[in-house]
Amino acid sequence: MEALLNITIYLPLLGIPLILMLKNENSRKWIALIVTSLTFILSLPLLFNFNVAGSGTAQYLSEGSRIMESLDIKYLVGLDGLSLLLFMLTTFMGPIVILSSWDSVKKHLAGYLSMLLLLQTASLGVFASLDLMVFYVFFELSLIPMYFLIGIWGGADRIRATIKFFIYTLVGSLIMLVGLIYVGYDAGAVMNGVNFTTDWRFLSSNLYQIGLEQQTYLFLAFALAFCIKVPLFPFHTWLPYAHTEAPTAGSVVLAAIMLKMGTYGLIRVCLPIFPNAFMEFAPWMATLAVIGIIYGALVAMVQKDVKKLVAYSSVSHLGFVVLGIFAFNAVAVQGAILQMINHGLSTGALFLIVGMIYDRRHTRMIKDFGGIAKKVPIFTVMFMIATFASIGLPGLNGFIGEFLILNGSFFSELYSNKAFAILATTGVILAAVYMLWMFQRVMFGPITNEENNSLADLNAREIGLLVPMVIFMFWIGVHPVDFTKYSEAQVQELLSSSEEKSMAVIKNTSRDELPDWTAKLYDIDEAESQLASTN
Amino acid sequence: MDYLGDIQAFLPGVITALAGLIVIVIESLKKDSSATFWVTVLSLVAALFFSIQSLGTGLDTAFSGMLVHGGAVAFGNVIIVVATLFCVFISEDYLKGINHYYGETYALILFATTGMMCLAGSNDLITLFIGLETMSICLYVMAGLIKDEKSGAEAALKYFLLGAFSTGFLLYGMALIYGATGTTNISAIGAAASTDLLFLAGAALLLVGFLFKVSAVPFHMWTPDVYQGTPTTLTAYFATASKAATFVALIMVLSRALPVMEGLNWQMVFSVIAILTMVFGNIIALVQDNLKRMLAYSSIAHAGYALVGLAAGTPEGYSAVLFYMFAYTIMNIGAFGVIAYYERNKGMDFSEVQNLAGLGFKKPVMGIALSIFLFSLAGIPPLVGFAGKYYVFAAAINAEMVTLAVIGVLASAASVYYYLRVMVYLYFREEHKPVELFNPTLLYKGTIIILAILTLYYGIEPILPASGLMELLNSYGNLGAVTNVLIP
Repeated sequence: MEALLNITIYLPLLGIPLILMLKNENSRKWIALIVTSLTFILSLPLLFNFNVAGSGTAQYLSEGSRIMESLDIKYLVGLDGLSLLLFMLTTFMGPIVILSSWDSVKKHLAGYLSMLLLLQTASLGVFASLDLMVFYVFFELSLIPMYFLIGIWGGADRIRATIKFFIYTLVGSLIMLVGLIYVGYDAGAVMNGVNFTTDWRFLSSNLYQIGLEQQTYLFLAFALAFCIKVPLFPFHTWLPYAHTEAPTAGSVVLAAIMLKMGTYGLIRVCLPIFPNAFMEFAPWMATLAVIGIIYGALVAMVQKDVKKLVAYSSVSHLGFVVLGIFAFNAVAVQGAILQMINHGLSTGALFLIVGMIYDRRHTRMIKDFGGIAKKVPIFTVMFMIATFASIGLPGLNGFIGEFLILNGSFFSELYSNKAFAILATTGVILAAVYMLWMFQRVMFGPITNEENNSLADLNAREIGLLVPMVIFMFWIGVHPVDFTKYSEAQVQELLSSSEEKSMAVIKNTSRDELPDWTAKLYDIDEAESQLASTN
Repeated sequence: MDYLGDIQAFLPGVITALAGLIVIVIESLKKDSSATFWVTVLSLVAALFFSIQSLGTGLDTAFSGMLVHGGAVAFGNVIIVVATLFCVFISEDYLKGINHYYGETYALILFATTGMMCLAGSNDLITLFIGLETMSICLYVMAGLIKDEKSGAEAALKYFLLGAFSTGFLLYGMALIYGATGTTNISAIGAAASTDLLFLAGAALLLVGFLFKVSAVPFHMWTPDVYQGTPTTLTAYFATASKAATFVALIMVLSRALPVMEGLNWQMVFSVIAILTMVFGNIIALVQDNLKRMLAYSSIAHAGYALVGLAAGTPEGYSAVLFYMFAYTIMNIGAFGVIAYYERNKGMDFSEVQNLAGLGFKKPVMGIALSIFLFSLAGIPPLVGFAGKYYVFAAAINAEMVTLAVIGVLASAASVYYYLRVMVYLYFREEHKPVELFNPTLLYKGTIIILAILTLYYGIEPILPASGLMELLNSYGNLGAVTNVLIP
């Protein structure tokens, strides 16, 4: 099983030399499809053999040797409750992404497929790695293929979009790197026999506690990197740009998988390692999340380009995920994890659908369409399901995720104010407005544009790649426990141990050693008197 | 005296020096014979073999304490010889292609290499000076190899004049140090170091001489013009081998002759220079259109990253600098090598970045290799440039210089823009007009591929089961440093 996990991660990489060696364009596509499908099939045993009750500990661990005796950086991959679903989503999307560009990409096909496969390995690596240095390496590696995907196969303004995307993300992660090295030495001083460690299992455990002052800086360093990746308002400006210029497959991977690296990082790294700072900054992050939800929705409403509309809806949806994460209770965090999957499915599907109509008409402007529902019935059905899933209609996946998040946020102890949940709920209403309005303008009414009369409906390939996604939208919507069960135990455990850790840090802190601002920020005096009274 | 033991200690240098003499003889008997190339390659392979063999040994002195060998010095020799070997491989074809192929070039390269090894292994100010000058004089001549063009003459003259000036500083510094301590032996200087003005002035002037050679800001002015005017493959040699040799010498001098004392903080000095070098080098590189000038400013910035390791001033920092020099050598020769290839094509001036438009797909191997080198220079994992930057910044953070590390990573984030820009032209833009690229020779292509593989391999080497490079380098960390000598 350990070997299987590694095979799943690196199999896509092995497809690259095959693709480069073959000369025939068709066989290249088939190789890519076979490799990604095989990756998905091989990842299924990982899901079925997963010990649900023990999701708190990483399974299928494979551990390399330290790079040096005293330097505890090692190859360490495994799956636990936090990563399993995202890992599965990534392998699931693999063949869909390859199929989505079956006919539309003609230019430099070998390079295109190679980049998609490299991106697949990098994304799987991000979700599976449990050593933060290895995590960082995969996190950064994923930038390279996306840079080329947008830059070579993107739209008219692709160059500016891709450079903005690359540098924006990189600045964040470099600051994170400094933080990571600092944490490594800090933790190494506590661990026996080494002077540096980035082993997540140790960092997240109660054995390692960071002082409040350092926690603040480190949390901000890590959170910046992840918030840019999410992207959280006001770091979102690269996203709509990158999405509009990216080719369909690029947008799908970006939305379904790469954005999740940010929210995943918040749960994986920021929550257990810097619990005090995480809780202290929760209302601030929630504020940004709520602004993002409403702002993203309002901007989406006025878009003329369908793809840009979906891109801004991502900003709004990811705001929900961040809101759920920082609510710091099991319901909301569970909802956030589920919502990551939901967003991957529904927004991924929307980008695919936009790509399909773009392939036919070479435009994505809302005004160029209207009334096409009669011409393309299957397309209409698929589009409608994806739209409803995105809005959060009960019975479909989006509803479950948003409901859990809003429910959890409403009762969150960290959000002293119920306004966060209430304001966020307006985001759901706004989502219905912009999505349905767009849907109505594109699909219904009389056909205003002559060219739309000859629009062809979906072919077998396009139906084939949308149907699995639609199945999951219904499945999650009707029976979410099949999915939430994987993360349940771990989320409980993570939250309670992080809370314990944060108390322990406060307990071990002496008021006199702290600078004034830290003491004020964390309300040390009050916390200490509380601790004293409970003892 | 144990002559044989002495010669054995400096065997790589002896081999290259002898080979240089043989090349001169061959050249005088038969003009531009291919034998010169093979003699050079064989001698370098032999030198590499003996350098690698002594990697595991500890530091020891030879020639009555004039030279040190083994340990960190052996690793320095490996970098120097590897750099020379790769540069010779790509120079053979390139120099013929631009019609400036002279057999004497190889003799110059071999003598310069000898000088570099002498510089890296010097244990005395006298040998240090001899090594530095042997290296520099050969480099001055090579800078002017394209003598019929203005840029070549400019490069040679500028390099020579400014180089002579900096040598003056260096020599003056040595004289003052000798005056202050009464010795030229580097370890003995460390033991006799004091904070009196004479010694401090001497040490400062000595460091200026070194900083000039590694092109640290504000002693970098010569770099862009010299790099531009020199034949590209030799520029690669200038930028890597000579810098590696100087850095090794700098580590040896800094750790052994200039101990940390009260009222004297070399770390602070190096931090400031490192910051200036990183920031300035990267910012100016942003606006360069000429690829060689861009790489020149980028090499200034890379010297800055290496200086961060020196600023840390810990054994960990020194081994990080050694690794960085190794990383920088392989990726930079690769980048210069591919650019030299593009430049030789007819039709346009391909050393201007705009003219590379759309060429990446034409010769995919070259395009992919250049992308790998540039991503590595930008410090993107999992390439060797990232590992190098990681080690120097980690050393700085462990030495509680977090601000320095933060400035370093931000400067490196800015640098990404100009490395990406090359790839933007290479892949994202359409060709200006159809051009045919010639097929590089097998040797040329093979060298580039091997360099690209090394760039990838040493990026992931640390987590491979058979890793050990950094472990080895860490064992060099303690350079027999004389620390904590407090003068009342």
